[in-house]
Parts: sequence; structure tokens; C-alpha cells
Amino acid sequence: MRDPALIRMLPDGHRLHLHDGPIDLIIEADGSPQAVSAAYEAAARRFVSILDELCDELPLLRARAKKHSERPCGLIAQRMFAAVQPYSEDCFITPMAAVAGSVAETILETMTATATIDRAYVNNGGDIALHLADSQSYKIGMVERPDRPSLFGAAEITSADPLRGLATSGWRGRSFSLGIADAVTVLARCASTADAAATVIANAVNLPDHPGITRVPAREIAPDSDLGDLLVTRGVGPLSQSEIDAALESGLFAATALRERGLIHSAALCLQGHTRVVLPFLLQSSFESFQRSLLHA
Amino acid sequence: MPDVFPPDTVRCDACPVLCYIKRGHAGACDRYANVEGQLVRVDPHILLDRAKSQGTPLVPFLEREGDWDGKIMKGQETFVTAIGAGTTYPDYKPAPFIVSSEVEGVDMVTVVTEGIFSYCGVKLKIDTDRHLGPERNLVRAKGEPVGHVTTAEYGSQMLSLGGVHHLTGGSKSEGRITCETLLDLCNGKEVELTIDEGAGVRVAAGKPPVVNGQREERMRVGCGSATIGMFAKQWFGKVDDVVVVDDHITGVLSEHQAGKLLGVRETGIAIQGRRSTPGRYFQVAEPGTGWGGTNISDPLTILKPFKPKFAWPRLRLLMVSTTGEQFAYYELDEELRPVEKELPDALKESVGRIRENCEPALTTVLFMGGAGGSLRAGVTENPVKLTDSVKRKLTRVTCGGAPAYIWPGGGITFMVDVTRMPENAFGYVPTPALVAPIEFTLKKDDYAVLGGHVAYVRPLSDVLKEKERQRQVASHAKNPWPLKPRNESSES
Repeated sequence: MRDPALIRMLPDGHRLHLHDGPIDLIIEADGSPQAVSAAYEAAARRFVSILDELCDELPLLRARAKKHSERPCGLIAQRMFAAVQPYSEDCFITPMAAVAGSVAETILETMTATATIDRAYVNNGGDIALHLADSQSYKIGMVERPDRPSLFGAAEITSADPLRGLATSGWRGRSFSLGIADAVTVLARCASTADAAATVIANAVNLPDHPGITRVPAREIAPDSDLGDLLVTRGVGPLSQSEIDAALESGLFAATALRERGLIHSAALCLQGHTRVVLPFLLQSSFESFQRSLLHA
Repeated sequence: MPDVFPPDTVRCDACPVLCYIKRGHAGACDRYANVEGQLVRVDPHILLDRAKSQGTPLVPFLEREGDWDGKIMKGQETFVTAIGAGTTYPDYKPAPFIVSSEVEGVDMVTVVTEGIFSYCGVKLKIDTDRHLGPERNLVRAKGEPVGHVTTAEYGSQMLSLGGVHHLTGGSKSEGRITCETLLDLCNGKEVELTIDEGAGVRVAAGKPPVVNGQREERMRVGCGSATIGMFAKQWFGKVDDVVVVDDHITGVLSEHQAGKLLGVRETGIAIQGRRSTPGRYFQVAEPGTGWGGTNISDPLTILKPFKPKFAWPRLRLLMVSTTGEQFAYYELDEELRPVEKELPDALKESVGRIRENCEPALTTVLFMGGAGGSLRAGVTENPVKLTDSVKRKLTRVTCGGAPAYIWPGGGITFMVDVTRMPENAFGYVPTPALVAPIEFTLKKDDYAVLGGHVAYVRPLSDVLKEKERQRQVASHAKNPWPLKPRNESSES
């Protein structure tokens, strides 16, 4: 029996909550009340068909993306495919690695195409698409452990920054990870590229063959997982400082390479309370000041 | 797609992702899971919190993260409901939670399980005078038959929906839509129904019904005859005759027993329709959406000429509907014809009082299910003893903490008002069948006697430790506290 999509305002009266199957979006727009309500309505209208649209091509979206793979038809599906394409040569990746960011980005685009709003975000379970009109900004707080939310860092994104996407990946999240990072948060040009990059970097934070790490073939947990028989992380025992350093270094190496290729702007990698960052410019200072006083959300 | 799955993998159809879910795991959404080979919704396990007042808004499932303050209630103040508890049905295994707590010095045990009910349905009571459709006609949802029109009761029309024949006896689509309709009604959602040769209604538990797009506001104060009985004294002396227009039983003050007792003089009034007993008329018009559930908009159309032998000029006549929403005042002219006049102040009060006495029109949804099958095995090794214990009122049955009415006779067939249960207490399995919470509470000594799974009894404090999957909600103010030791004499 198909559950209907949920469309409602959250109790604060300002944020919009959209939910359908595994998709769960929290949206907030700022601007004139008319513009915000027009944007919300457009978001809801676009939203209700998204799950069906994606499921129509689900087998293709769950298949490994290769250079000459068949291209999907749906616009969101194409966006997913484009986001993972840069990695298809080097590693196993499916368009599903960018599904959350691509959905967020699509909804945000629908909103900004309908109404002139000052700023907005579409948060799809931690993969976030941003809209910033001139001289607007957002302050972003980062959380490493969803089960114990506390900010490990923060960043301010202004309209001048070439950044409109933010994504987090890690083995504790809802999707499977091949790596052991608690969280890898990536800032990028758009949400779909951030989503794919966060997945790839989180996979790279790893200690292959370490006995303290529980890995299970993805299919044993979810028979229809796009990761098939690949081993996904289900538990990470306590690691020594040198092991943590080694795993983070490996992730940092991957992140730096992506930055050099222009795929990401910056990234923060967390593992058992230790954080490394790939940061270009002024974000560094704001990040460090937050590091000194860990805030509780 | 993978081609070979372990035998107890289920495929979820809650959304088009159609996840294959292995035993013990959840689907991509984390909301549906495979519990012992059955697809179940894994909403957090609900604990009733006696201390919180009824006004506390319940936290809907989707907001549960972060919204729950993590507070654990102590001792008897918390009752573990079956909502989200899961089930061991149809296995002969102890229920998922068998919880002991000491209440007022008595050791009590609550056996908590979610039941999978193929034998279940809802009884709908729709407060309306409007004609919804002929008795016995089919009630449909999305075109599929899901139930039928049953009796008309006082100010209400009853519908019976669901039942095993619609759930499993018809086409696949009939079963699916029936299940969906029952689930939505039980979880308080609005459902659109159509009645063959009748009206279209939109109904939701505890909300006013909407009949053919028109929202019902008030229930009638009574039938026309009852209205005469209730207000005769207030009218006496202020008016010579009163007709309360009602499609079922129209009442006439001067002929009615109540009028006779007060000494109301005969007025020579004559009414269309079939006289039942003095002052009570059937079929004064056709059913409709006009005065008192009839099709009339001009009440004079139900009057025949006054009898000159009894009537007199300037005779004062009030005509009013059973809800007081329509009324008109007349005086007879020299030819004994009624002429409409403004309602005298002395009568305004009584008309207003009819309106005041009309309660808000609501839709009531009672879930009815039979727990007479193997669900009992989760409670005791000797299922018939549970039935017996329930019948003897040694065991109290609740649904999500709400009191259940147990039908006399065989089995444990019960009814519960869904508005007294926590939100979203019901789930479903694609069989199709509804998943409803059910709790059996009894004294620990009695539990041992009926062959209960005493080895599986856990103290409440132990259950409360598993707080990750739990959610605390306020107990409904009208519900008796489910753990209160039973005082045999006060129980009905």
C-alpha cells in the first residue's frame, strides 16, 4: 500500500517538511511572505512526483556508473549521473551516491525559478542545497555523530562564495559507507557534487583489513543495495592515535585530490573525535574558533 | 535485481522503492521493517505517561528525533503500550514484552503485543439527519466495496466497514483498499466514502462529517416527538400549538401526550403524512436536506387546512426543526389561514434552547477486532485460559492504553474508540490485515495460574532502559489508568 507524500509546515510555522518514502526534506526560505509561500508551493508540487520519477529508473541508478553507461532520462537522474561521472573511472560508484544532493538541488531550483527569495536551503537528510541572493549568508554547523548531535565545527557561507552545496557522509549515516569516517562534510559548488564527493572521501577514510572493523556485504543487510557484495562498515572498534591518523591521512589525500580537480571547495573529516580539514581560505579561522569551544546543539 | 533471497525476506510496498528487507532489518526509509518475516511499521514503541496532561501535543513519528526530551517516568506512572512493540504472532512464542510492575502494593503483569488482525473492521457512527443511502447498500472507497450501510440510530447513521470478507474475500484490490481505508480511519485520517444510490461522505474520527460537500454542525436535539416532550412546558401559555418538523417523527404539541398533560387545548391542526400515535407523524415529506432532514423549505406544505370546528382566528403556531436551525411563527387570520409573523420574544428563548441542546455532530470510529486466535499464545501456553480470564474480568484488555469493550460470548472480540488511543497506533501488513496494539494486564499471581510465560516477565525498570526506541506520550485524560488494580465491584 502506497503511503501518500507528506507535505506540512513544521510546528515553528516557517519550515516546510516534505516526506515521501525514503526522501525527507526540511526546507526554509527567507523573503517576502508571498515569495516564500509561492516557493513552498512550487517545492511541494515538484516534490510529489520525484519518488516515482526516480523509481522508474531505479535499476539503472543502482548500477555502477561507467564512462559509456546508458544515460538515464529523468532530469534528477541525469544530475545524479553527472555528479558521479568524475569518479567512474577510478572507483565503484553508482548514481545513487548523489541521489540526496540531486533531489535537494532540484527542489531548490524549482523554488528559485518560481519566486524571488533572499535565501533558502533544502536539507535532504544532511545533504543541503543553498540559495543566497546578493549579500546574504548562512552559518552552517557540522555534526559528526547523528546519534549524539554536537557541533564539531561551523562555517559561514556568503553569497560571494562559489558554494551552494553541502553534504555529509559517514558509516553512521543512513546510507552505507565503505570507509570508517564518522562524518565527512564537503562544501562544493552544488549539492549533487558535494554529495558524491562526500561519499568518495568518506570511503577513503579507511584502514583496510583492520580486525577491529566490522564489515558486512551490503547485500546481506539490504538485498537490493546498489553496493551488492561490497563490504560496508557496520562497526568500528576503538582505534589508536596512529591508526586514526593513518585513516584520516588517507581520506585527506583523496580530498586534496578532489579539490585540485575542482570538484570540491573544502572538506572536514571526522574519526573518533579527531578532525582534519581541507580548507582554502578564510573558512579556516571561523572553523578553528568553533573548534575551541565545542557547542552543543 | 538480486534473484535469490533468504526465504523470510519481505518486499515492502509502502513506496515505489519496493525494498527487499531481510529479517531483522529495516527498509531504506527506516520506517518499515521485517519483523519475524512480517512487514511492520517500526514507529517508536509508545509508553503512556500518566503525569502529562491530555493537552500535551503528541509528537508525530517524523518529529521524534530531538523532540523527545529523553525523560523516563518512574514506576507505576508509565504503562508500556503495544504500539510499536512488534509481535511474535503467529509463532507459539512469548509476546515481545511481558512487563511487571508493582501498583498500589499489587504485583501486576502486562503482556504487550501488536496483533495482526485479519478479522477486524470499524464501526462508524456518523451524526447526521441527512439521508446517506439505503440500508444494506455498499459503501465504497476509491470505487472498491469496503463495507455497507447498517442501521440508522438516534441522530446518526451507522456504517460497518471492513471485516474478513472485504479484507480477504474479494479481489486483491478490494482487500488492499479496505485495509487502507481501515488504517486511515483508525489513525484518525480523513477518508472519502461513497454510498451506492446515496451520498458521498468525508469522515475522520472525532471530526464533523462532511456530507455531499456540506459539513454537519449539529446533531438534532431529539426526534420531533422527543423535542415536544422536552420543551412542552416552556411553550405552554406562550403559543397555542407547536409543530416540530422531522423526517422521522414529526411532533405536534396539542395532540402529543406532553401537551395533553399540560392541558393544551385542541387546535384543529391537520398534518400530512401517516399518524403513528397521537401527536406523532411519520413521512410528512420526502427525506432531504431541508427542515429536519426532510426535503421541504416551506413548512406550511406539511399542513392541511385547519379544522374550523376547533381552530380560531389569531391562533398562534410555532413551526421549528429538530435542530432549531429553521423556525417560523404564524397566526391564523379570519379564514383560519396561517400568516407568517415575526417570532415573539417569548418564543425566541425556546428556539435558542433547542439549538443549544444540539450537540456537535461528529464521526465516531470504533475499531473492532478478534483476538481469539493464536495471538493468545503469546500470553499463555493455554490460550483458552486467557479468554476465560478476560471474561471473568481478571484480565484487563487495553489497546494502546485505551479501554476496550469485550463482547460477551466466545473469543476475545473487542471494540475500542480510536480517538482514545495515541496517534498512529495502527499499522498494517500486506496480507492484508491491520496491526493493532493490544495489552493484557492482570495480577501476577493470576498470570501464573493461567499458564503465563512467567519466565519471560521483565520488570518495568528493565524495559525502560531500552529508551532508544521508545517514545512517551500523555495518557488520554478520559481513559482509566490501565495498571490500576481492578476493583471488581466498580468494573462494568
